[in-house]
Amino acid sequence: MWKWLHPYANPEVSYHFAGKILPWLSALTVICLSIGIVWALAFAPADYQQGDSFRIFYIHVPAASLSMGIYFGMAIAAFTSMVWQFKLADASAAAMAPIGAVFTAIALITGAAWGKPMWGTWWIWDARLTSELILLFLYLGIIALHNAFEDKNLAGKAASILTLVGVINLPIIKYSVEWWNTLHQGSTVSKLGRPSMSADMLWPFLFCFLGFALLVGVIICIRFRSEILARNSIRPWVKKLVSAQVPTAQHTPVENK
Amino acid sequence: MQFENINDFLAMGGYGFYVWLSFGISTILLLALIFSSISSHKQVIKNIAMRMQREDKLRQVRKQNKKSTLSASPDKLLNKSTHEITQ
Repeated sequence: MWKWLHPYANPEVSYHFAGKILPWLSALTVICLSIGIVWALAFAPADYQQGDSFRIFYIHVPAASLSMGIYFGMAIAAFTSMVWQFKLADASAAAMAPIGAVFTAIALITGAAWGKPMWGTWWIWDARLTSELILLFLYLGIIALHNAFEDKNLAGKAASILTLVGVINLPIIKYSVEWWNTLHQGSTVSKLGRPSMSADMLWPFLFCFLGFALLVGVIICIRFRSEILARNSIRPWVKKLVSAQVPTAQHTPVENK
Repeated sequence: MQFENINDFLAMGGYGFYVWLSFGISTILLLALIFSSISSHKQVIKNIAMRMQREDKLRQVRKQNKKSTLSASPDKLLNKSTHEITQ
């Protein structure tokens, strides 16, 4: 496996690999998301208690679990870059942070719009909501640290430390509905193998979840590529690539005479 | 299909405002993220191209200076070329 993984430690190989899978991922994303969203909005049955407001669930739950999933991925990347000084891991962590922030914001906003008709309030300082808000602030802090230093290695190190410290928030979010009395309902989908949902509600959810997860993959690929270019801008392969794309930047190689 | 007609669909059983608010804001945020990612990729490429042009110009200026100072002070030339190598 190490032999197979080894070439991907090379920024150039990773750049082209991400570019190659990008169109396939995008196509799959469009297919899954359109099936999932149309099914969720028009064909899935309404909830017997919550009526049609329940359809917010199809965005809210994927966004919330992906906001935690992306953070987990970012923490693994941060750990890798801290321990093995692996520069591509920094680039991928920097690529993931803004995506996680957007998904956290979506989870909070859709949660508020669902809470208003169901609980009678947009916001309440309860454990689940507050810990998710802290996750948003963690993401914003990490993005700020990535942009605070001219030296990307130093920035990556600072952001990695904050990322790893913030991991403590993940179990707090996950188990907040069990540890504290909260307005937020418990888990519906991942109840240890037997989800308490009927199949005609579960299937559109799975399509939505897969669609959003693929979308995360697509945006990570786009941002990862720009992070690689920005961090390797003095390398010959980047210069060659740039001069091929921007015709005005005629790169004349250094003559050794 | 759960809804009889388009008005029924838009009303969402009385929860239309909340449902469409959620789906609308999510769509806007995700589209904004996608387009800003694509445009920042283009910006990175543009910035690198600009820096390459600047380096090329600097190199040409140095080459001309080298020619003019070649006979004048070989000492200066030595400094300059070591500077170039370290870059």
